[in-house]
Amino acid sequence: MTSKRSIARWTAATMLTAVALSACSSGGTNATAEAAGDPVPGGTLVFGTAADPICVDPNQTDLTATRDILRQVADSLVDADPDTGEIVPWLATSWEVNDNATVFDFTLREDVTFSNGEVFDANAVKAFLDGIRDLGGRAVNASSYIEGYVGTEVLAPNQARVTFTVPNASFLQALSTVNMGVLAPSTYQVAPEQRCLGEITASGAFVLDHYTPTQEVVLTKRTGYAWPSGNAEHDGEAYLDRIEFRVIPEASVRVGSLRSGDVQMIDTVPVQDEENLGASGLGLLTTNRPGTVFELLTNNSHPILADKSVRQAIQYGLDLEEYKATILLPRNNVATSILSSTTPFYTDFSEYIRYAPDEAVELLEQAGWTPGPDGIRVKDGQRLSLTILNGHSGGTSQYELVAQQLARIGVEIKIQNVSRAEMLAAVDSGDYEFVPYGFTRADPAALTMHFSTKRNNPLRLPPSELETYLDEQAAAPVAEDRQAAVDKAAEYIVANNLVILLNEQSTAYAYNGVAGADWAPGGQLSLFDAWVQD
Amino acid sequence: MTRGPVDNGALRDWLRFFGRRLLQGLFVLWAAFTLVFVVLYLLPSDPIQLMLSGSGAEFASADDATIAQLRAQYGMDKPAFLQYLDALWNALHGDFGMSIQTGRPVADLITEALSQTVVLGLFALAIGLILGFVLAIAATLVRFGWLQQLLLSLPAAGVSVPSFWVGLLLIQYFAFDLGWFPPLGGKGINGLVLPAVTLSIPTAAFVAQILAKSLSVTMHEPYIEVVRSKGASRAHALFHDALRNASLPLLTMVGMIVGNILAGSVVVETVFSRMGLGRITYEAVNAQDIPVVLGVVTFAATVFVVLGIIVDLLYPLLDPRIGSQVRTHRRPRLEHTPERIAS
Repeated sequence: MTSKRSIARWTAATMLTAVALSACSSGGTNATAEAAGDPVPGGTLVFGTAADPICVDPNQTDLTATRDILRQVADSLVDADPDTGEIVPWLATSWEVNDNATVFDFTLREDVTFSNGEVFDANAVKAFLDGIRDLGGRAVNASSYIEGYVGTEVLAPNQARVTFTVPNASFLQALSTVNMGVLAPSTYQVAPEQRCLGEITASGAFVLDHYTPTQEVVLTKRTGYAWPSGNAEHDGEAYLDRIEFRVIPEASVRVGSLRSGDVQMIDTVPVQDEENLGASGLGLLTTNRPGTVFELLTNNSHPILADKSVRQAIQYGLDLEEYKATILLPRNNVATSILSSTTPFYTDFSEYIRYAPDEAVELLEQAGWTPGPDGIRVKDGQRLSLTILNGHSGGTSQYELVAQQLARIGVEIKIQNVSRAEMLAAVDSGDYEFVPYGFTRADPAALTMHFSTKRNNPLRLPPSELETYLDEQAAAPVAEDRQAAVDKAAEYIVANNLVILLNEQSTAYAYNGVAGADWAPGGQLSLFDAWVQD
Repeated sequence: MTRGPVDNGALRDWLRFFGRRLLQGLFVLWAAFTLVFVVLYLLPSDPIQLMLSGSGAEFASADDATIAQLRAQYGMDKPAFLQYLDALWNALHGDFGMSIQTGRPVADLITEALSQTVVLGLFALAIGLILGFVLAIAATLVRFGWLQQLLLSLPAAGVSVPSFWVGLLLIQYFAFDLGWFPPLGGKGINGLVLPAVTLSIPTAAFVAQILAKSLSVTMHEPYIEVVRSKGASRAHALFHDALRNASLPLLTMVGMIVGNILAGSVVVETVFSRMGLGRITYEAVNAQDIPVVLGVVTFAATVFVVLGIIVDLLYPLLDPRIGSQVRTHRRPRLEHTPERIAS
């Protein structure tokens, strides 16, 4: 490995890695291939995806990878700026919101058609939102985005008014998500199961050709497409003629197929391959996901963990910089709040997440936990021993490091690997201590998903002022008011150590022989500007 | 029974035998169905939660009312025993319900996947049989002790190597390095080669093991010694006189062999990104999609039972000694069994 050629290769590779890293460090949202030349229309992109999409209806799916596919097929009423989160026009050209965020008036583009020729207008908006409401629980995310939906009034062919019974300040952001992709009115007459199998019509830059379960989803270019979101780099039709999403469950086959050129792009790049792929000159598209950070969901009703001092001591006992140096890549961020830094309305609350082992020890001493014979603290004969119930695939090295670090302050952490099903069941029944977790959504409304006591209340939280803050942030139509409410909620969560925070979630795609692929808001993939190189 | 004139007594005996095997088969089917239902039901997780939560580090966010509604939709709000009776009653009518994960009829899922697995399985079976026969015959004929030991130890190795490892090695070498075959085995005959070879190795090993053992016994039978003493070579005796009889034990193992292939398809179809029964089983078990798992297991059990009955019915045709045992209480007919040829 020390021949001149390999040294040259290594140098080039290191420089490429540096380019890739600097490209994605700017907010982590834009790492498009450098020096790709001018886009060439035509060609087929084969994309290796790790999991079966299961249901190719944007309104019904809950899988990030499936949303990546459907972002290319379905347009949304609005889009969000990938850097700032600011809402920008797409199918709606403008909108007005009343003071308590219950009435939304939209003005729509008038040149948009669905791929079957149906016209996009205010009636289509009504059919779309009524359709989401009718899906109910089948639209896991989308239906939660329109809670309190009263209905849509058609004010004019290009004017629609949407009304809610309760404030919904995150509605515009919700509309920008793939889950709220607009489908043709006739599609909402199709049975939901059939929609899942691909009987959907939308207005996007690509048309869903077919979906073969567990095998592939094939998209073809929509000719005459002329209404890309303001985030797009070019006008008019997409460059690619065809996109084939092939399901390749085995990670090494996915990575190998990319190297050999059998596929041009893959998702879910394993961390251990990330640096190697970059080093061999292949492109990497990485992002820190918006939403909540990767955390240890903490059972706040557990006899030991109900005590705030214990939770705080555990957070103070974690050396996240060492954690990053050992487990993560340089591009990753440790947690500085419950929200990741790529989430709109994020504020740095890292003073609550600092590494302070001495304070941690003091907190535990004051709470009555004294060192036992084996170094693990005890109180009333009970050992300070807690279990992480891990039902995620992938390794457990990060939890082992957490256990090592906490052993230094006399806390024993055990790791129990269970099936994903068992983990979910434990959270549902409240029979757990810690469970690894993270929720992706480019809006602080991500917090209500597990900190609100009105829903499942997976943390088993007692009622508190947090509920008020969460309601306030949902009701505030003005950005400053919303910022204030989100800050109060985030600070409450972090200062009271309701969960143990670790790092910002990240995701990586790799590509070979393709340029122009980029992030759409919310950590989704956009292939509108993508084109294949020779 | 087809060899001699069929009299009423023989027919009655045969029908009684057939009926008993059929009842046994039905019992096996019922037991498999029930066992799988109980095991799946005892698991602590909730398929509805799993359906709502998708993959990745996200939990279901639906409210309790939605979850209750979905439970009712899939009949999961009823007591376990009633769910079991419902499932059994519907299964008897060939209706295995809807997949919880995909919302599609289980029967459709199995039908679609089946053709892919059948093609792959038959190809693998053919390769496995050829390899197995060649290996066993070579091990029997070869005269060098060390080489024979080596050949005889190959089947044990073949059974022990994990399929996913073999599959990944084959992909790495023949797809990525040489580019002879596509790494993704979904399309065309070319894409069938690597997965079929991967899947055939345990089968080949199994066949070779049984056949080599059986050959070594048969080659010492008195009738072979007679043939040899008349001047036939070992190879001639093996191919003309021993092989057919020595192959008979393999027939009783058809169920095992098909079972191996079905089980192996779980790994092979996943590694090679193929559609098939193994793949839907893998996905369904992960998602605890009870109707699909029940459907696949019942289907697989049916295949075993049917194959078992067919083998039982065929065997007397190939080995008349068995045929005479079927016709209990009757005097064995004079037939050309190998012993009689030899005597």
